[in-house]
Formats: sequence, C-alpha cells, structure tokens
Amino acid sequence: MSNTATVDNGVNSDALLGARDALRQAPEAAQFTWKATSEWIRGTHSRQTIESFRGLGQEHAHKKAFVLEGDHPEPFASEDHAPTPVETVLAALAGCLTAGVAAVAQNRGIQLKSVKAIVEGDHDILGILGGDPEVRNGFNEVRVTFDIDADASPEDIAALVAQSQKRSAVFDALTNPTNVTVSVA
Amino acid sequence: MSHRLAERGIDHVVLERGEPGNSWRTERWESLRLLTPNWQTGLPGNDYTGADPDGFMGSREVAAHLARYAEVIAAPVRAGVTVTSVAPNGDGYRVTTDHGVWEASAVVLANGGSGIPNVPALAEGVPGGVLSLSAKDYRSPEQLPDGGVLVVGASASGVQLADELARNGREVTISTGEHVRMPRSYRGRDIFWWMDAAGVLDERWHEIDDIVRARHVPSPQLVGDPERGVGIGALRERGIRIVGRLGRVHDGVAQFSGSLANTVRLADLKLDRLLERFDAWAAETDAEVGDVERFAPTEVDASPRLELDLVRERVGTVLWATGYRPDYSWLEVPVLDYKGRLWHEGGVIPEAPGLYVLGTSLLRRRRSTYISGAAHDTAELAEHLADYLGGRAPQRVEIAS
Repeated sequence: MSNTATVDNGVNSDALLGARDALRQAPEAAQFTWKATSEWIRGTHSRQTIESFRGLGQEHAHKKAFVLEGDHPEPFASEDHAPTPVETVLAALAGCLTAGVAAVAQNRGIQLKSVKAIVEGDHDILGILGGDPEVRNGFNEVRVTFDIDADASPEDIAALVAQSQKRSAVFDALTNPTNVTVSVA
Repeated sequence: MSHRLAERGIDHVVLERGEPGNSWRTERWESLRLLTPNWQTGLPGNDYTGADPDGFMGSREVAAHLARYAEVIAAPVRAGVTVTSVAPNGDGYRVTTDHGVWEASAVVLANGGSGIPNVPALAEGVPGGVLSLSAKDYRSPEQLPDGGVLVVGASASGVQLADELARNGREVTISTGEHVRMPRSYRGRDIFWWMDAAGVLDERWHEIDDIVRARHVPSPQLVGDPERGVGIGALRERGIRIVGRLGRVHDGVAQFSGSLANTVRLADLKLDRLLERFDAWAAETDAEVGDVERFAPTEVDASPRLELDLVRERVGTVLWATGYRPDYSWLEVPVLDYKGRLWHEGGVIPEAPGLYVLGTSLLRRRRSTYISGAAHDTAELAEHLADYLGGRAPQRVEIAS
C-alpha cells in the first residue's frame, strides 16, 4: 500500500502503521490524555498553554510550550486581542483534517502539491446571548472546502478527503456528542 | 466439517443445542431471506439442484436445507445437547454439556458468528416506555408497540427492517454509521454473481489489508429480493428519515452524528471502486454482461436531524441492528483478547493446538461469510486438523454447532 519511495508528503506512514499494529497488542498504551491549561487575563481575553500530554504509558513534553489566546471581537464589545474560541475550533478542525489528508495521501502513494482549506461555521449568536431559548449555543453548520493539487484523479482526491474525515479526531469531536464534566478544583 | 472428517475417517460427533439449523429456525425474523442466490448455497458434495437457482431462500428453508444435508451425509449429530464448557484437558479438551462430558483431541467451534447481539452500552439511555429490541429478537412488525421506530444500524439487517416497517405504515428513522452500498444487480447480473465471478469472494484473509477491520465491516445493504432496493437512497424515497450514527441517548433524546454526508460519500466512493473492478474484470474476460452502469450519488438531507426526542415524537421502539459477536462465554481456554475476541489464523487458533473455529465472518476468505464458503473452509481446516492428529491416538473430534 505505501509508496514512500516515490512519494514524500513528509509523513512517516510506516511508523503509523507499525504503531497501529503494536497498540492493538498493547491497547492500554493507546490511552492518551491531552491537556491545556488556561488563565484569565482581563475581560474576555485569556491565555491557554499546551506543553505536555500523556500516552504510551508515560508523560510527554512538547518541544516547547505552545501558547494560544482567546478573546472576543469588537462587535461583542471586546478588545479583539486574539481569535474567538469558536474560530480556534474551526482552525483545529482544519489542522486535523489537513493532517489526515497528508497521512492518507502518503499511505496511498499520492504526492501532494498543495492543500488549502476554507472552514466556515454558521452561528446564531442569539443562543449564547440568551436571546432565544430555541437557538443552540454552538454552530448550526460547519463547512469545509478543500482545494487540493495532487498527482491523483478527482475521485482519488475525493476519497482522500472522505477518509481524512473518517479518521479525524476533531471532526468526530464536533459531529458527535461527548460527555464533558466541568468542576471547580 | 462433519462430512470432511468422515471422508478422512476421523471419529467425531456434532453437538447441537437444538436441531440442525437451529438458529436459522428460531433466531431470525419471519421475512428474512439469504443475501446470496440459491445457486451459491451448495454444501460439500451437495450442490443446489432445486428449480429456482436465482431465487433466495427464506430462513426456514435454510434450516431445512441444513437439516437435510445432515441426513444426507449421515452426520453423527447429538441434537438437544448444549455445551456448557470447553476446557483444556491434557493435550486435548474436555467438553462439558448438559448431557454429559466428552473428551476430545480436537474441537471445532462452529457455533456461528451471530451468538450475541452487539447492542451498545448507550442503549441503557433508552427511556422506560420505549421498547429496546435487537434484530435477533425481532420477528415481524406486529410484534412492536404502536408508534414510530428508530432503527440503529444500516447493515443488511437494519435496512431490511427499516424497509419492512415503513411498508407496514410505521414512521421510521434509520441511524447509519459506516455502511456498504451495493445494488442487487449490475449490468444485468446479480451482484453476487459478480462477486463470485470476479474473484472478490475468493480473496484470502491474509491478503486483505487490515483483516481485523474487514471482519467488522457491516453486511451490504441488500435483500434477497430483486424487486426491492434497500439502499439509503431507496429508503429515503420511501419516506424513511435518514440520520447519522447514534452518539448517545440523553434525557430521552437520541443524538446523532453530524457526519452523515461523509458517511454516504464514503459508501458511494467504495461502491464505485467495486464496480470499476468488476468492469475491468469483465473487459479482460470478455464476460457476457450488459452495459456499464453508474449509480447516482446518495442524497441525504442538507441538514439531517441531529436529535430525535423518543418520547415527545412518539417513538415506540428502538431496534438495534448493530451486529453480532460470537458467544464464547463457555470457552475456558485462554485464547480471547481484551475485547473477548478470538484470534485465529484462518480458523486455526495458534495458542490452542487442536482448537478450530468455523463459520465466522471472513474466516479464510470473503466467501467464508456466506454458505458457499463452507466447502473450501472445511476442506482446508479438515486437512490441518488431520495433520495435527497425525500420529496421535485416540482421535476424537467434537463439533459444537
């Protein structure tokens, strides 16, 4: 299946397939916990730091601490120091699906030249404002449009994009219910 | 298997909890027909010779077919014997039943892949007052209480039951995760003719990329009736509501995945790849078939429902067509993995010499999932078993069916 000799998307598919087989034999090692810490700055502005995660039976440190910020824009009477968290969610979806496209392309021997995506989320803010009890807080619809240049037929590119959705953690997290518990330490 | 063992003069018995064909007689819904045409239901030394080779047997006919075969080959069946445990015993096995204990050099687990319905844990959220029923316990529409039906799962079982219930006048919603779209016929031939002729059914288990996954792919959206389409598109035209995979049931509300568009897209793309393979084979072999066909992409609602309030929208039944797993609760040989699955290599269980499994999905080849797989699978496993027994005495084999 893999065609690493002629195709290089910068993805080590042999390592990923090897990990899949190894983790099937040791499923407890496949249990990961991702983590972000967060601190309020002022107003709607906050800062999130991501520096470590747990998996393969141990704690792992990222190469460095990554910092994201969240705020609300001026139409929300805020100061717009950073993206709105809902925009960060859209960015995360694009990051996850794009990584999937690259991984699947590598595995299928498809050389990518460029992968671009536009992600849009429709949102009725009457929900979060408490202005209409029938409107939900979250997105009403999310659309992703990929623009992919690759050595492959349109059908193969469509299959690539379909498979990346099928194996995307963020796509799953957005499209399926998840139990979320919030507590006070 | 009994026939193969008899051919080799291997002393054996077949332990059957009911009568031969028991599960086909007692654990299937009334309208069920095989997915494979009659001509593909032959058993070793006993090809189909009936009047309707292109027809599809009902489940009771299948049961009768198996019972008749057991008589024809004079299988040493002990009917009405339930196996309660199979445990290691020296270099063989001890088989405990409700009618005594057997000692065997080898044991073949032929109790089938459909022992226990795979009803997910989220079924516990179905509110009281709504019937929660598995496809294994479903018999006919009349059995269900009044109200709509939520069918969970779009394998052959799920789509057939959704179709049957909609025809019965029920308001039906079907929740679908990954599924296999397949037309009943293609270019003038039954789809199983193609699967057979083009060699799909003969793909071997060790040649298939990711066999663990392949063994868990849902059965194709087919019914043993050339007049009845049961794909997602046909169900939708019949007024059945199509929704995404069931995520949870919370406060009486079933919540579905928002990934339906991709789910049907994947199935469309996969079907096209299968048809391309058939076309290539037909061109290569100059097969006598009709013109190339392509099927329109499956349409679903632009914004499919994400929730169904089971109580307020008067859903009387949630019908679980979420697959089955084999029942190995009586197997006291340590060969099950952390999910209770039996690891075997084409029916041979490496960790338990002399123990074999037969009649499960994709056991040795794609054909193994269907009746026509029995002839090849049993021939090969009987050969392996005979080699294993070679030089050992006494030789005795149990088939728990």
